[in-house]
Amino acid sequence: MSQYYLMQDAKRCIACRACEVVCKVNKGLPRGPKPCEVVVVGPKFIGGLPRAFFKFMPCFHCEKPWCIAACPTGAMQKREDGIVYVDETLCVGCKACMSACPWGVPQWDPEKRKVVKCDYCMDRLDKGLLPACVTICVTKCLYFGKANEVPSIRRERAAKAAAYFE
Amino acid sequence: MTKTVFSLCFMCTVRCPIKVEVENGQVKWIEGNPYVPGMQGSLCPKGAAATALLNDTERIQGPMVRTGPRGSGEWKRVSWDEALNIVATKLQEIAKTYGGKSIVWGERTNLATHVNKTFMRLLGSPNHFTHDALCKGSVNTACRSLFGYTDPEIGIDYKNTKHIVLYGRNIFEALEVRPVNFLLQAIEEGAKLTYIDPRVTVTATKAHNYFMIRPGTDLAFNYALMHVIIKEKLYDVKFVERWVEGFRELEAFIQPYTPEWAEKETGIPAARIISLARELSQQKPSVIFHFGYRGASHPNEIYFRRSILMLNALMGSIEAKGGLFFKKGPKEAGGQPARKLTEQDGLPKVTEMRFDKVGTEMFPLPDPNHGVPQMLPFAILNEDPYPIKAAIFNRFEPLLSIPDRGLTERAFEKLDFIVTIDIQWSDIAWHSDVVLPESVFLERTDCIQQANGLKPQMFLRRQAVLPRYDTLPAPIIVKRLADRLGFGRFFPYETMEDLVKWQLEGTGFTLEDFDRKGFVAYTDKEIWWDRENGLKLKTPSKKIEFVSSLLEKAGYPSFPPYESVMAPPEGRYRLMVGRCAQHTHVSTQNNPYLNELVPENVLWINRREAERLGISNGDFVEVSSSCGDVCLKAYVTDLIHPEAVFMLHGFGHKARFATRSFDKGAADAVLQENKSDIVGGSPALDDTLVRVRRAYKK
Repeated sequence: MSQYYLMQDAKRCIACRACEVVCKVNKGLPRGPKPCEVVVVGPKFIGGLPRAFFKFMPCFHCEKPWCIAACPTGAMQKREDGIVYVDETLCVGCKACMSACPWGVPQWDPEKRKVVKCDYCMDRLDKGLLPACVTICVTKCLYFGKANEVPSIRRERAAKAAAYFE
Repeated sequence: MTKTVFSLCFMCTVRCPIKVEVENGQVKWIEGNPYVPGMQGSLCPKGAAATALLNDTERIQGPMVRTGPRGSGEWKRVSWDEALNIVATKLQEIAKTYGGKSIVWGERTNLATHVNKTFMRLLGSPNHFTHDALCKGSVNTACRSLFGYTDPEIGIDYKNTKHIVLYGRNIFEALEVRPVNFLLQAIEEGAKLTYIDPRVTVTATKAHNYFMIRPGTDLAFNYALMHVIIKEKLYDVKFVERWVEGFRELEAFIQPYTPEWAEKETGIPAARIISLARELSQQKPSVIFHFGYRGASHPNEIYFRRSILMLNALMGSIEAKGGLFFKKGPKEAGGQPARKLTEQDGLPKVTEMRFDKVGTEMFPLPDPNHGVPQMLPFAILNEDPYPIKAAIFNRFEPLLSIPDRGLTERAFEKLDFIVTIDIQWSDIAWHSDVVLPESVFLERTDCIQQANGLKPQMFLRRQAVLPRYDTLPAPIIVKRLADRLGFGRFFPYETMEDLVKWQLEGTGFTLEDFDRKGFVAYTDKEIWWDRENGLKLKTPSKKIEFVSSLLEKAGYPSFPPYESVMAPPEGRYRLMVGRCAQHTHVSTQNNPYLNELVPENVLWINRREAERLGISNGDFVEVSSSCGDVCLKAYVTDLIHPEAVFMLHGFGHKARFATRSFDKGAADAVLQENKSDIVGGSPALDDTLVRVRRAYKK
């Protein structure tokens, strides 16, 4: 497993897709590939009120990634901290990882003719920065860090709500 | 070489403070200014896509002069000298023959508006207008009629609110980063959100109360709320007695407008209106009835916006924590505001009538600082009040934002000369005679932004990189034109830094003060006026005028009887327009990243109605009104009121050089009738009825 967690407080998300844009800007991607995406479910009327669910979908950085197992050239790799990434110099564009991943995470870059995927912006992490999507997020609904650094949103929110009534 | 530049975004008009990282002359990273509360790194998708605009090869890359017929797309690239000489000669010629007033300048309000206003005054023309009336003219007039202040002088304390009511103010999609964060924070701490809109939006999905109201009947809803609030004495008695002028008149007027009456008009159950009024009154004065951002919808707009503001006053939420407040300027904090070029001594006064007749009997109340742009086609076509011969547009797109595009196009054919100062190939640039390219915000320093509020501050947009193409900042273009026209001395600068330094004289701040955090503050304490005796209202009575001297003096009633909104006849629908989070009005549709996310607009139509018309999801439909017709894809949904159809604003571009947005989706301006709220000044953008039918191909 990755040592890192990227957690989303879906209640705060407004599906503005700034995360998707900045991810592509940071990776210099053309039209087409989306290493992360906000999936929208709804809106639907539930109990008379319109409700929707906005789910942020980056890579899960699986413990035993099928993409790595499928990659014939060793381009798909895992760092010591658990981040799964593509070594561009080794990728031959066979797309085996794309068909192996059950979540559709690896994406096709039509310009480079190689695969690109969410690597938690390891270029930024190594400089002590947060992933691009987390930094930019309009509503600050994304949290990133090691296990003990990611907050328990539900508990925090309950505490806040309780403080309001005191 | 790396450097950090603090600046202001300009992907939309909000001007969020940003931090730009530059490496070897290239923008490497942009994020929200970390020192500004509510920003702290955040940036919306438009801001995030700014580098794509900067590096876009489809931008206007140098001055262009038209060589073929208008709109043919035949252009010649020329030097700045040549282009400016042509413009100056032509303007001089027209001013000599027809007078300066025959020249019009239209722009989207920006930091350099004072520069452009100065230019027009020196040309001898009263005809400077901004996009404001198209956006919210009636909100402006309503605010002045009640408080004596314009709407930008009134702030909203999202952070501390306990209940906010939004009327189609789709705050989470037509978004500004800071208010969104403050509001979400308030909601997490227990605040309630009530949303009223005939269409379900992202904002509706976050609301505690949602009302799918009959389109055009929000005023009836508000009258019923007032009825309950007054009848059950739910209002802030002390505040109303102290500050409100004309409460008795409202009380008498509101009698017939019961919740039961409103139920028939709005389709919202009376019981829900009553319980909302009660619920709101429990949280007063930390209650906000949002007076709207884009408040241009119907011919009676002014009375609707006034009703919203009156509800705030009834709840005592004026100058209250968690309510509305008056924005404090530098003088309140003992400082001086930045100078404007319009404040120079010796500038000629222009007293002639405006092209839109603002300030005359026809339009006595709209704000002359902004004008009424939708009158431009009529003024040109009818030569009323006088012939208009030339127009200059600075980042303003009349063809897609003034209702009835056909009419506007016919009018512009009559013009001798059209100049566009813009960064991209807009439709008006495409129809111009000369196009002068402006640098994008990352390539230029701009005039000071005076940010008034509870803590008055100044922000500065700083140049981060050198211009990618042969472009200039608009104030430099204007100065060079002024030099050629012989009044350059009123533009005392060579570079933008000179202009900013000139503006800062006497304020006690220097250009370097902005380097550290991107802004300077006049004070670090919030300034609130005393609610007992300290409200400095600017109305003649020094009170909040429910009975408005502004309106009554102009011959309009403060409380005209409510006129019922007719249900559209069968097969016809009320056309509503609005925004999404990924685009700014008409200016971002060609951005590679934003275009990828939302490439075109679709027509939202209620499922039941669509079934009746034989339309299924994704079909092409023809939408027609008395003005024109368009074709776009249908989105069949339960999320919109059966009487309404909806489309996003800003699509259907016709400028071929902008290939990504060319002919994608459809323009609402083609369909909208050019009708106005005469009292307030807004066009009635949501008042047009359209017919919808299935089309077989586009």
